[in-house]
Amino acid sequence: MRVATRLFIMAGAALAAMAMPSFSHRATAADAAIETTRILSIGGDITEILYDLGQQDKIVAVDVTSQFPPQALKEKKSVGYMRALSAEGTLSVNPTLIIASDGAGPPEVVNALKSSGVRYVDIADKPSAEGVPAKILHVGSVVGADDAAKALASKVESEFAALENDRKLIKTRKKALFVLAIQNGRATVAGSGTSADSILQLAGVDNAATGVSGFKPVSDEQLAEFAPDVVVMMRRGATDDHNASQALALAGLSQSPAAKTKSLVAMDGLYLLGFGPRAPSAARDLMKAVYAEGGQATAAP
Amino acid sequence: MTTFDSKLAWAGATVRPSRGKVFLALAALLLTVAVLSLAIGPTGISLQALPRAFEASLGFTTDAAAARDRLVLIDLRLPRTLLAAFVGAALATSGAMMQGLFRNPLADPGLIGVSSGAALFAISAIVLGHGIAAPIVAPLGIYALPIAAFFGGLLTTIILVVIASRHGELAVGTLLLAGIAVGAFAASISGVIVYVSDDRELRDLTLWQMGSLSGASWQKVSAVTPFAVVLALLVPRLARGLNGFLLGEAEAMHLGVDTERTKRLVIAATAAAVGASVAVAGVIGFVGLVVPHVMRLIAGPDHRAVLPGSAVLGAALVIVADIVARMIVRPAELPIGIVLAFIGAPVFLHLVLRRGVRGLE
Repeated sequence: MRVATRLFIMAGAALAAMAMPSFSHRATAADAAIETTRILSIGGDITEILYDLGQQDKIVAVDVTSQFPPQALKEKKSVGYMRALSAEGTLSVNPTLIIASDGAGPPEVVNALKSSGVRYVDIADKPSAEGVPAKILHVGSVVGADDAAKALASKVESEFAALENDRKLIKTRKKALFVLAIQNGRATVAGSGTSADSILQLAGVDNAATGVSGFKPVSDEQLAEFAPDVVVMMRRGATDDHNASQALALAGLSQSPAAKTKSLVAMDGLYLLGFGPRAPSAARDLMKAVYAEGGQATAAP
Repeated sequence: MTTFDSKLAWAGATVRPSRGKVFLALAALLLTVAVLSLAIGPTGISLQALPRAFEASLGFTTDAAAARDRLVLIDLRLPRTLLAAFVGAALATSGAMMQGLFRNPLADPGLIGVSSGAALFAISAIVLGHGIAAPIVAPLGIYALPIAAFFGGLLTTIILVVIASRHGELAVGTLLLAGIAVGAFAASISGVIVYVSDDRELRDLTLWQMGSLSGASWQKVSAVTPFAVVLALLVPRLARGLNGFLLGEAEAMHLGVDTERTKRLVIAATAAAVGASVAVAGVIGFVGLVVPHVMRLIAGPDHRAVLPGSAVLGAALVIVADIVARMIVRPAELPIGIVLAFIGAPVFLHLVLRRGVRGLE
């Protein structure tokens, strides 16, 4: 296999080349001005925090996941989807500070941005009661709004604490199934390790999708096994009610307690799963909707 | 060989411009689009900033604006342009070689398993990189994906060649069918891995499969340079053998072509070219299929024109598509695969309807 040997030698050379340091200089520390007047916010939760901290006038651009508050995407430029950023496109909005969720990408572009002399801050994205205040305090310290951030974080913490008390008052816990999407009559549900699983727990609701991890499409038979008391979905717009009502009509769910009581909760996606400052109230709305006295409950964001 | 060559020359003599003029025009086209690619970008920095960018690059100035010019022109646009040229040239030439080897106008580099193998390994790196494959993937950092893609493509092709070889001979027909089987098998394993991926990994996968040059860097340029050099030396020497294959494998042998050697070298060159392109830019379709046809329409079926012509035209096409990809929704960016098909498909259809597919029937 002479050909193979030759190719492997070439491959080896390629790897060696990749390991070589770039012959461009890194930006000097002096370039990184500690100016926060032109902020690029990447991540829906981060944009929300910046608006809550009253920093909106400093934001020059956001990414497309910044759906709340709704004016963010209207007033500010959009640099596209947070996991498909463009290095030059991002720099073209002339930011002096980039605050990004640690989910931003692709990694090569993030590296280029970090070496561009613009200050780049990663914010950890943990969908939990502890993660949200930590996020707020980090963003606040970066933009020099520590006091406002402390106030907001403690407000969120006390809301989470109140939520914890209310969870203890629940007598018979219900189990809910989070349905992300229905395609060709097959439902994709949220298992453990997802943001949906976290918000269900915070709302004092058991996740019916036991044994599933991540967002997975499941069979009708599996759905029948889950037998949820409530089905939770994301609402994408006013015209989406039809789509939502499809869920209870799925063969696997038609015999479930949820279908019998017509218990379906549809909530705004970013509100429910964004884990920004509105997370406690999203969890509370979900709790109210799930434990509401019978009938179909549609919580407003 | 003289009768065969003169037959080709005769076939081309009636309508086509001379090969020299075609190459001159193509070279001018490539140069123009390469300069445009350096001059156009969402930041609006133009080529006038180039001297200042060089000064910053050599350390003569520490001015922040100059540093920014340097970053955009020298660290972002220049490697991007070079990589676009490499990817376009590599994919188009591979397509031309595959179509010649299989004598099939629909042949593309995917036929020898390199794309499906690269995809399988890339998907594994994305999805399993945080789990069971972490000890291998983590130390490679952001290079895990390109390296996985490259070796996946290469490994699949080697397996395929071993399967299709009997008594030291490589059967083209078996290769084609085994290629489909191996491709389907790799795709099914990819499917299993996609099934267990979470939503973020799923987004990464989808975007990778649409291809992009936004991650271009000097590291990637230096990684593909050895491939570019080897391919530039190897591919022109395969033209005569591939011309023989146009008549059929047995006929090629009678013409004195070492068919076994040609087959193996063509496959090796294609695997290396496609593996390297997929590694640096993800999956970019369309170029490998279409550019060789356009080249045959312009310059006739002779591979001595088709191979280098496809390389230059493919490079120019991908550079143009990349300029559009980074400008059309700025400051965001479209995946280049979408742009290529959007521009290329109507143009190709127009050419085919007007002039017919030539050179391979």
